[in-house]
Amino acid sequence: MNGRVVVVCVGNEYRRDDGAGPRVAAMIDHRVPEGTKVALSDGDPIRMLALWEPEDVVVVVEAAHVHPSHPGRLHRLDADRAALTTRAASSSHGLGPGEAVQLADVLGRLPRRLVVHAVEGTDFGWGTEPSAPVAAALPALAGRVLDEVAAAWRGVRARDADPVAESAS
Amino acid sequence: MTHRGARMLRVEGLARVEGEGALRVGVEGGTVTDVELQIYEPPRFFEALLRGRAHTEPPDLTARICGICPVAYQMSACRAVEDACGVAVSGPIADLRRLLYCGEWIESHALHVHLLHAPDFLGLDDAVALARADRASVERGLRIKQAGNALVERIGGRAIHPVNVRLGGFHRAPDRAELAGLVPALRKALDDALETAAWVGGFDYPDDRGDQPFLALSDPAHYAIDAGTPTVLRADGREARPFPLTEFEQRVVETQVSYSTALRSTLDGERHLTGPLARYAVNGRQLSAPALDAARAAGLGDIREGEVCRNPYRSIGVRAVETVYALGEALRIIEAYRPPPRPYEPVPARAGTGRGATEAPRGLLYHRYRLDADGLIEDACIVPPTAQNQGAIEDDLRRIAQAGLDLPDEALTRCCERAVRNHDPCISCSTHFLDLTVERK
Repeated sequence: MNGRVVVVCVGNEYRRDDGAGPRVAAMIDHRVPEGTKVALSDGDPIRMLALWEPEDVVVVVEAAHVHPSHPGRLHRLDADRAALTTRAASSSHGLGPGEAVQLADVLGRLPRRLVVHAVEGTDFGWGTEPSAPVAAALPALAGRVLDEVAAAWRGVRARDADPVAESAS
Repeated sequence: MTHRGARMLRVEGLARVEGEGALRVGVEGGTVTDVELQIYEPPRFFEALLRGRAHTEPPDLTARICGICPVAYQMSACRAVEDACGVAVSGPIADLRRLLYCGEWIESHALHVHLLHAPDFLGLDDAVALARADRASVERGLRIKQAGNALVERIGGRAIHPVNVRLGGFHRAPDRAELAGLVPALRKALDDALETAAWVGGFDYPDDRGDQPFLALSDPAHYAIDAGTPTVLRADGREARPFPLTEFEQRVVETQVSYSTALRSTLDGERHLTGPLARYAVNGRQLSAPALDAARAAGLGDIREGEVCRNPYRSIGVRAVETVYALGEALRIIEAYRPPPRPYEPVPARAGTGRGATEAPRGLLYHRYRLDADGLIEDACIVPPTAQNQGAIEDDLRRIAQAGLDLPDEALTRCCERAVRNHDPCISCSTHFLDLTVERK
């Protein structure tokens, strides 16, 4: 098989909206096609890099700070844009998913394709419950991630069926 | 370069440290008059929320204080509660604890040495720039850290906030084959770590010296990690002096300052330093032969000849050496490991007070719990290493900023940031961290 589909759900379930990633993981874990890897991540770039192989398709699920903010708004970023994002300083020593993508690029460890699905958060304080706008957006976010996973698997199967054509495309 | 009467530098966020806070340096008439490490993140009140909880809960609850060093919190918590209950864990369970702790040292040190601290010595902005300039060194750091991650995950049950630790030991003990599976990666990581020690030995180090008393645990059996007796080594003294853990709160006194939400500490009334430099100075003679070789390669001299390193910039070398030691120790423990008959010792509750201290990657981490007869926690005290080191970091900043006053603002700011990163502060432990302001009047 030409790679897998890996969903990396980033966040801290004890920091309200930052828990969007882990919440989506719980929502999709039993709904993704067989063979899909759903992984939790605290955003540590080194651990993130270990979650995928170069031939994989990776879907990262994250909460995002955006200015100006529209809490609950959903975003889809490809790897190039994701690398431009940096995580707030509350992450491990100021490193986060943006740095993970940049490091992966420099080290030649980017997966075949990497897409980030993010929801704009507003409350990253202590607590386990997300803010109302983020809570309302989570089902749609999970739906987008499932659609992305399904599309990724179609690509994997197409490569399996015709690797020459797919590699040339 | 001009000598200005009044200047102000401001950094919106200090990179490559854990958490959020601010730094203010006041300069008047060419003299640094005051330095304030301003930790403004809200305190998290862990000690308060532990009150009324069962004696079995601190290992899991306090692990949440830090995502970088949860094992340190679990181990200090276990030791303190077990002390209160009159239980001492030994044999293969104690070995497993030390092995798990080695994993945390390896992953924490590898992260700081390669991705956070090394760019400072190479004139680079961050780990991504380092990867562009020296891909092999970053790849080497990643391999070492992944070996540590794997160790923590295998014994702790998961890489982040391990769940397999419990009072008295572990929920489940791995079998020999599970640990043996880690050996090839650990051996490769050991080779890598020796190379890293030589790599950092080639860096240019500013000439600097701190004179704070060192505080580290010491253990006659081996280089202290998971247990030991608090030991003080003063700048003017050659002899390390231990004191009982029961005296810790009389000797290490926490105080509050108006500009920081994190409590800070003094040792016998003086600002002190805990962490790699202190450990190496107090216990360096107990390092393994490969680690002592690595120390020479890292430019630390020969600790057996009494060469105590007090240059905070060289803490990166000590971390490299301790990584070599921890990898060798992990391989030694795995080689000798036999699974315990049961994965934990029962720890029945009783009324009493217990204390536990271990060496977190950033230094001595102390816990104390007072239990009632049902095992409910009546009082808790946690003294993390970064909280202790705030005063020493301010001392370093005062010294380094004073020496660099002729520098342009941007260069002086970078000096101050480096001075902080020398200590790998974990602000989520002390409560969180850092913007920088230098006011020159």
